[in-house]
Formats: sequence, C-alpha cells, structure tokens
Amino acid sequence: MEIFWFIAIAIVLAMFFILDGYDFGAGIIHLFFAKNEEDKEVITKSAGLFWDSNEVWLVAGGGMLFMAFPTFYASVFSGFYLPLIIVLWLIVFRAIGLEFRAQFNYQMWKDIWDASFGVSSLLLALFFGIALGNIVRGVNLGGVENGISTHEGQYFFLPLWDSSFSPLSATPGIIDWFTIIIGVISVVTLAMHGANWIILKTNSSINEKLKSVIFKLNIALAILTVLSLSVWQIVRPESLNNFFEKPYLIVFPIIYFTGLIGLFYIKKLKKDIYGFIFSTLIILGGITSSLASLFPVILPSINNVNESLTIYNTSAEEYGLSVALVWGIIGFSLIFIYFIVQKRLLAGKIDKMDYGKH
Amino acid sequence: MEDMIFYDRLQFAFTITFHYIFPQLTMGLSLLIVFFKWKFLRTNIDKYNNAAKFFMKIFAINFTMGVVTGIPMEFQFGTNWAKFSELTGGIIGQTLAMEGMFSFFLESSFLALFIFGEKLMGQKLHFLTGFLVFLGSWASGWFILATNAWMQHPVGFEILDNGKFVLNNFSALFSNPWLLPAFLHNQLASVVTSSFVVASIGSFYILRKKQIEYGKLFLKTGVIFGLISSVLLAFPTGDWNAKNVAKHQPGSFAAMEGIFKTEEKGAEIVLIGQPNMVAKKLDNKIAVPNVLSFLTYQEWDKQVPGMDQFKKEELPDNIPALYYSYHIMVGLGTVFIGVMLVAFIFLWRHKLYKTKILLWTIMFLVPFPYIANLTGWYTAELGRQPYLVYGLLKTADGISPTVSSGNTLFTLLGFVALYMLLGLLFLLLVGKAINQGPKPQTH
Ligand code: HDD
Ligand code: HEM
Ligand code: HEM
Repeated sequence: MEIFWFIAIAIVLAMFFILDGYDFGAGIIHLFFAKNEEDKEVITKSAGLFWDSNEVWLVAGGGMLFMAFPTFYASVFSGFYLPLIIVLWLIVFRAIGLEFRAQFNYQMWKDIWDASFGVSSLLLALFFGIALGNIVRGVNLGGVENGISTHEGQYFFLPLWDSSFSPLSATPGIIDWFTIIIGVISVVTLAMHGANWIILKTNSSINEKLKSVIFKLNIALAILTVLSLSVWQIVRPESLNNFFEKPYLIVFPIIYFTGLIGLFYIKKLKKDIYGFIFSTLIILGGITSSLASLFPVILPSINNVNESLTIYNTSAEEYGLSVALVWGIIGFSLIFIYFIVQKRLLAGKIDKMDYGKH
Repeated sequence: MEDMIFYDRLQFAFTITFHYIFPQLTMGLSLLIVFFKWKFLRTNIDKYNNAAKFFMKIFAINFTMGVVTGIPMEFQFGTNWAKFSELTGGIIGQTLAMEGMFSFFLESSFLALFIFGEKLMGQKLHFLTGFLVFLGSWASGWFILATNAWMQHPVGFEILDNGKFVLNNFSALFSNPWLLPAFLHNQLASVVTSSFVVASIGSFYILRKKQIEYGKLFLKTGVIFGLISSVLLAFPTGDWNAKNVAKHQPGSFAAMEGIFKTEEKGAEIVLIGQPNMVAKKLDNKIAVPNVLSFLTYQEWDKQVPGMDQFKKEELPDNIPALYYSYHIMVGLGTVFIGVMLVAFIFLWRHKLYKTKILLWTIMFLVPFPYIANLTGWYTAELGRQPYLVYGLLKTADGISPTVSSGNTLFTLLGFVALYMLLGLLFLLLVGKAINQGPKPQTH
C-alpha cells in the first residue's frame, strides 16, 4: 500500500514537472530570447492558458503527500521552511505576471509583468532542482550535534547555506555545490522543455532560433549529467546499489538518456511534437531515476544517530491508505478525462486559435 | 515558545483571512454566472450572455487571487503546523487530498475552457463548462469544511499510543453532524456576498447613468438572490449552527453569547453589550429575557450553562474577540435581511431604480458581507481555542518544533507586504473591469 501511494505521488509530481515545467521553461525562454511584442504575447499566452490547471498537480501532490506520508510532509515542509515560503512567493509572482500582463496596454506595465513571470520562472526552476538535490543528498535529521539529537529524530531545520558550501559537511545547508549543480540541470532541462513547447504551440518568429538554442543547451545538459553522476558517487556512494539489486530499474536512466540523445536531432525532427516528447522523457527519466536510487528511503539521514525517513516509517495507517485507494482511482480517472477534454478542445497553435477576447 | 505560537497563529489568521476574501466571491458568483448563462440559453437574449461574460472577467481575476493565496494555505499546514500535520495528517489529509482531486482539477480544467472556449464549443457545452466550474468551487467548499468540521468535532478516529490520530471510519468524516449545517450556512453566506457585489455594481451603473440596462439587470438579480440567501442564512442554517455549538462546544457557546452567569430560569439573548473580563459581566447591556433558551432548546425556561460553569481551560482564550465576532456577524445578518427586504419591496413596486437613497445604500454596503463572512469564521475558529482539534489537541502542541519565531516573523512580514500588493492590484483590475462594463456584442 505504501508502495502504491509512493508511485502515485511520484506520478503526480512528475506530471507537475512535465506540465508546469513547460511553462516554467517558457518563462525562462521568454526572459532571454523573446524580443518583440508579438512573440512575448504568444509565449505568455501559451503558458497563461494552462498554468492554473498545471499547478493543480502540485496542489494535489501536496495533498496526497499529506494524506499518505504525514510524517514526511511535516518533516520536509518545516525543515525547508524558508526556501519553501520563498517558493510560494515566487509562485505568486509568476501567476500574477501571466494573468495581469494583458490587462493594460502600457509598455511599462507589460515589462513589469514580463520580468515578474520570467525571473520567477527561472528561480523556481532553480529552487526545484535544489530541492531535489537536497532530497538525494540527505539532511541532518534530528539536528544532531556531537552525537546527540537536539530535537525529535524525524525533524530537522536547514539554514540556507553552510559556510563551507559543501554537501559533505556534517551540517550541509540547502545551497551547496552539489545542489547547485542539480539546480542548474533543472533550469537547463526546463528551458529546453519550454522551448519545445513554444515551438509546438506557437508560430513565433523565434522558433527556428530556439531549435539551435535547444541544441546548445542539450550539449550543456550532457556535460552536466556526466558531472553530476560523478559527484553523486561522492555525495551518496550507495546510490547505485538499488540498480544493481533490481536491474529492471535501469529503464529509468534509459528513459533519460533516450530523451537526451533524441534532442540532439532536434533540427532534423519531422514533427514538433517529437522534440517535446524527448524533453518530457528527460524530465520523467531524471525524476524517476533519482527516486529509484533512493527507494524505499525518501529522505536520507546523513548522521548515524537517526534513521532515514522511508515510505514505511512516515506513512499513515493501513485503513486510511486503503480507503484512499478507492477514491484515488475514481479521482485519477476523472482527472484523466478532464485532461483529455481540455487538451483536445484547446489543441493546435495558440495564434491560430480564435479564443475571443477576454 | 509563547511568541512562537503567537506568530504562527497570526500568520495563519492573516493568510487565511486574505485567502477567504476571494473564494467566497468565487463560490457565490459562479452560481450567478450559471444563472445568467441559463437565462441566455432559455431566452436567447444577448444581454444575459454579456452579463455572464462580464462577471466571468471579474471571476477570473478573483479566481487567480484565490489560487495564489490558497497554495500558501495548503503548505502552511506543513511549514508552521508540522506537529499537527504529523499527528492528524492521516485524517485531515484525506479531505484535503480529495479537495485537490475532486474539486481543484474540475474547477481549473473547465475554467480555461469556459473563458476561452465559447466560440469553439457552442452555447450548450459552454453552459456545461460553466456549470462544472460552479460544481468544482462548491465541492472545494465542501471538502475544506469537512476538514474544518473534523477539527471542530472530531469523529471516526482512534488515538494511538504515540499520540497519532488514526482514521477508522471514512464515511464518518462526511456524516459528521457539524458538516452539513456549516456547509449550507457557509455557501449561503458566499451567495450573499456575491449578490451584494452584483447588486452593488448594478446600483453603480444606474447612479452614474451609463449602461443602465445592465445596471437594472444586475440590481434586480442581486436583490432577489440576496434576499433569499440572507433569509436562509439566518434561518434555518444560522440557527442550526448555533444549536450545534451549544450541544458540542458549550463553553464556546456561553462565550459567544456573552453569558457570564448561568440564569436559573432560562437565558436572555444579548443584543448589545461589552464584555468586561475583570468584573465578569457585560457593560451597558440590552437583552431580551428567556429568548436564548427558546431559540436554542425551544423551551423558554431551560437553563443555558454560563461561563461560570466551566473551568478556565475549557473556555476560549480570547472571549471578547469571540463575542464581538459573533455579534457582528449576527448583527450584519439582520441588517442584510432588512435592506434586501426593503429593496425587494421597492423593486416589486417598480420604484427601486429611482430611489437614490437605496441605490447608494446598496452600493456602499458591499464590504459588509465580507466582514460578516470573516467574523463568522473568527467565531468558529476562536471558539475552538485553545484547541486545534477540539478537546483533544492543544494549539500549542501543534506547531513546528524546529522553526524559530524569527523565521515566522520574517515570513509573516513578507506575506503582509506581498498581500498588500496583491490587494492593490486586485482593486485596480476589478475597478477597471467594472468601469468598462459589459461590452455589447460586436458582430
Ligand atoms: C454573510 C455572512 C454571514 C451572516 C450574515 C451570518 N453568518 Fe453565521 N457564519 C458565517 C457567515 C455568516 C460563515 C463565515 O460562513 C461561518 C463560519 C463557519 C461556517 O461554517 O460559516 C458562520 C458560522 C456561524 C456559526 C458557527 C460558529 C462556530 O462554529 O462556532 C453560527 C452559530 C452562526 N454562524 C450563526 C449565525 C446566525 C444566527 C446568523 C443570523 C443572522 C448568522 N450566522 C449570519
Ligand atoms: C476562511 C475561513 C477561515 C478563517 C477566516 C479562519 C480564521 C482563523 C483565525 C483567525 C485563526 C487564528 C485563531 C487564533 O489565533 O486564535 C485560525 C486558526 C487556524 N485555523 Fe482557521 N479560519 C478559516 C478556515 C479554516 C479552515 C477551513 C481550516 C481547516 C482546514 C482552518 C484551520 C485552522 C488552523 C490549523 C489554525 C491554526 C491554529 C489555531 O490558531 O487555531 N481554518 N483560523
Ligand atoms: C486552511 C484552509 C484552506 C486551505 C489549505 C485552502 C487551500 C486552497 C488552495 C491550495 C487553493 C488553490 C487551488 C487551485 O490551485 O486551483 C484554494 C482555492 C480555493 N479555496 Fe481554499 N483553502 C482554505 C480555506 C478555504 C475555505 C475556508 C474555503 C471556502 C469555504 C475555500 C474555498 C476555496 C475555493 C472555492 C477555491 C478556488 C479558487 C478560488 O476561487 O479562490 N478555501 N484553496
């Protein structure tokens, strides 16, 4: 039952990064590459139509985490207090940037909200990557000092950074050189994903240019991937064990590399959708590989006083999890239906669609 | 420790107060939009469709604000109330996760279609998407109230040795006797808010003599919906809630009503009076004898336990605030019924559109349903104190063990600044939409 909910939540969060990921990416691309008003308008529209229904995946993921793994939810949300609240503020700025830009036709007004959308998308992509980095690196659970916990073993509190900026320190902060690498990977990946989305959804004048941008970013990603894999070994040596013990888990890295290799052919692809699929595979593969390397741990402890948090020692009781299974299946089916209906009705390129004014 | 709890509570109170400004309009307005759209389908008069589209514009801005202020709410359970989340997550996580699955998805998927899809879908389907948005927003009220009802009156659980609350009866969460009355009352209250908003915009158009045709439509619709909902709000639903509080939280009830001393021969109902916590009595009180006993138990001389019958720990910690919140809500409720009734009579006699004084009154009354809604919630939440889960888990035992008060103060100030900005933008944009008014169809 725990495994079922672990997988369900992983799917929901992966959906969030794939779906909201493209509008984060669109924000990053918008920040750096959109120069004329028409491009800016279609790009914000291509994200603006969907951000809300995409963000619901995050809300639902949060709710499910709360329900299925309350101890984990409580530990992680209070432990990463400051960055989480900052993420919340960024989410606010991004959303209002998208929603309010078109409300007045003054250049200055638009510039403000463009910046708000672009910068907060960039920072959010970075923060989400850093968060993932923190999870795979592990934290000082129980706030252990000199071998003694300063509070209950399942809680922790991280400063933004530790003076050494090293993941190997006994009390690493949220930002260190390892989590920064993961953060940059996240920014690069989502930027490519967003660029693919823009190419797919719009006829903006920069589409051709974006293809070479993707190509270059993909080279960067390949280098970063190699780099991160090697430092991963230093930070968490046991991370490969799962793959040796359960060789079938190898599919997740394979998914990742398929996407990575596929994107090198971006300029030759016959259909725009293929590019989008490849960047989707990268995201999907990246998230699932990281989780697979941890399983069943969901937050490693870096001291040897308190145990790591796993899906077993943080979960709710059996009865609750099994009734939730029933409504969960109903809920997922409904969501699937809405999703199909919405994507079908709003399919096609944004600028060709006649949405009417609102 | 003390100031830790204080900042956590203040931050929660501030952010939820701000959040609730928006959903109350969302829930009520979606009903009125569905109504306008339905009228259009039946009559095929463009006016109704334009009205629906106009309120959709306001709805969209309001909805964005609701979403961006709602996400911090959900996360705050974990960030500021970690211990509470850990202990009760297996239960209230159910209702919160269901809210995400069954209502937010519904609402947000179909909202995009409702706003952008009219030409793509044809009118019947467009009506349907509007209806689904309405359904989603009311479902979200249902689930959040189920969560709150469990905190007010916990059911269907057992407590393990390690203090964890474990669910053992899922359906009890939804057959909780607290839930239905609270839900109905709350939804009606949001219909009151939106009726006042619609009527007030109508009065504004009539008074400024532009788009008078729409002004009349809005005013009429607002007054009719407003009258029905304000009456139902007081009776039966308000009364029903009061009986529930008297039964399940007698200490809070005494504090709400301001009964310091138990009266042998039945309790009086207090209309006006200021609680004096030192002398333990109400100053300059105006009260009607025995009415409270009758309203609560239908017996004129039945005893209602006063605050003197409870230990200090069984009573809410901020009695004056609770008392005032409750009396402001009930007082405003009475005013709303009065105003809407008069307006309705004038409407019936075809005099409403010419009676300036009434138009001005309705126009300026618009903040008050918001105040009534919020004070209603303050009544519920202050009445639950000092517990997070009534009778079982103290508020002080629910906070995050590792977050320091400096951090909470910092984020609280950040929220205050951010929300001020949001509030200004909201007023600016809604003001602009109202000023433009519904556009007549251009083709
Ligand atoms: C427009 C808003 C509005 C108005 C005019 C009223 N209410 Fe109300 N009331 C609410 C808006 C509200 C609310 C915000 O919706 C609450 C908070 C929790 C809830 O479920 O509904 C509420 C709760 C609430 C409670 C529960 C308090 C608790 O849980 O401790 C009672 C006893 C009443 N109301 C009673 C009344 C009565 C007798 C009214 C007579 C006119 C009245 N309300 C008018
Ligand atoms: C919009 C409606 C609501 C308003 C205006 C409101 C208001 C408040 C206020 C003023 C407080 C602070 C109480 C105090 O410090 O004494 C509070 C606390 C709290 N409320 Fe609500 N509330 C609302 C809805 C809810 C709902 C639906 C839930 C549950 C899901 C909830 C859960 C809490 C929690 C966890 C606290 C913190 C602990 C506490 O101080 O009691 N509230 N609320
Ligand atoms: C502590 C309590 C609360 C939490 C955790 C919470 C959480 C949220 C979240 C996460 C959203 C955004 C949903 C999205 O992404 O679409 C939201 C919006 C919403 N909430 Fe709340 N909320 C709370 C209190 C309330 C209350 C008391 C009500 C009404 C009774 C309410 C009704 C709504 C509605 C109707 C929406 C839809 C968006 C809107 O129009 O504002 N919420 N809430």
